[in-house]
Amino acid sequence: MVKFVILKAAVLALIVSAVPALAGNMEPASVRNCTWCHGESAQGYAPAPRLAGQRPRYSESQLLSFRKHTRDNPFSKQYMWGAAANLSPSTAHYLAFYFSKQLPKAANDGDKGLAAAGKTLFEDGDPASNTVSCAVCHGPNAEGIGEIPRLGGLSYYYLKRKLTQWGEGYHAAAKAPMPRIASKLSSNEIEALASYLSFVK
Amino acid sequence: MKVSSIRLALPTAILVIAFSAAGRAQDTDAAKFSRQSLQAKIEYCTTCHGLSGQGYHGFYPIPRLGGQQTQYIENQLQAFIEHRRENRYMYSVAHVLSPAMRTALAKHFSKLNPKPLGGAPKGLVVTGKKIYEDGIPETNVPACMACHGAEAKGQEAIPRLAGQLNDYIINKLANWNKERGQIPSRPDISAIMLPTSHNLTKAQVAAVAAYVGYLK
Repeated sequence: MVKFVILKAAVLALIVSAVPALAGNMEPASVRNCTWCHGESAQGYAPAPRLAGQRPRYSESQLLSFRKHTRDNPFSKQYMWGAAANLSPSTAHYLAFYFSKQLPKAANDGDKGLAAAGKTLFEDGDPASNTVSCAVCHGPNAEGIGEIPRLGGLSYYYLKRKLTQWGEGYHAAAKAPMPRIASKLSSNEIEALASYLSFVK
Repeated sequence: MKVSSIRLALPTAILVIAFSAAGRAQDTDAAKFSRQSLQAKIEYCTTCHGLSGQGYHGFYPIPRLGGQQTQYIENQLQAFIEHRRENRYMYSVAHVLSPAMRTALAKHFSKLNPKPLGGAPKGLVVTGKKIYEDGIPETNVPACMACHGAEAKGQEAIPRLAGQLNDYIINKLANWNKERGQIPSRPDISAIMLPTSHNLTKAQVAAVAAYVGYLK
């Protein structure tokens, strides 16, 4: 009996130490701080992108880039620099892992009429204009891998903004090759890609 | 006995196939594109293959082109176009390139010498070196060195392996018969690797890939 109680106490201690601050709904405060903006179950909300299902190494590297101010577009500056400033590396690691395990839902908010053109561009690029295929790095279903993000089902507005901002010189210190690729895309190509990707499950 | 006959037969077979391959682009084609369009194509290639042709770990391992044999690159571009080598991404890239442009790109990348990306488990290197240099007589695996050279630099139609991404080599050897030589009526030099890719175990492939992946 005593043994059992000790075991229970040990288990409780383990849980408490792994997740330092539990809110009433068993969601750690650090998670709650993200979902205020990124939406319940982290499906994205307004300008804040979906985090659910994102590749954990990507999310972690982005949190770091907000801290280092290398991801420097206006919304990042306004919201994420402050949000990430005091995150410990272990909390950033935990959050990235936590959100990667949430089931992502597709935003489905792009222009359906452009989806076919976007799909072709995503899969094969455009060799005539020296535009590379996105799928070679992001995966045939835009699922991402390692530090390369999942793009499938992110919102049209987020994707469009992100792709456009590269061309405007933001986030220029990001790892090659994205700044170079995106800065060459035309606005029509960006519209098509963002539309297509918003429907990918 | 068997092994030594394979060793003799291999270079002969390679020579026969290499010389029966389609004629190389004439140098006179070189004037058909501008410096700027060549530069734009080089940038296009390096977007995926790395700024100095060192390769890149995307969703798929994207091979190193730096220091690769000119003739090998030209042959592969041709094979993508003709669907002898199946790869939808490289088909899309290659089918718009003129023969002269293909030659110019191949020459460009053959002259680069980036540092290998490495990254394979170091513990496999010793076994890999042994397979690379001695082959595996019990399972009819010839020494890789016999064709790819002691330093794995390749020659003409035979590719350089030195510094190649190890996961790229693992992928290729695991899928040899699904990717290469896809028009049976028109066999190409890739047929030489078919029995070897078959006879190597996964562990042996990983070892060889690790060894060559670190070679400069």
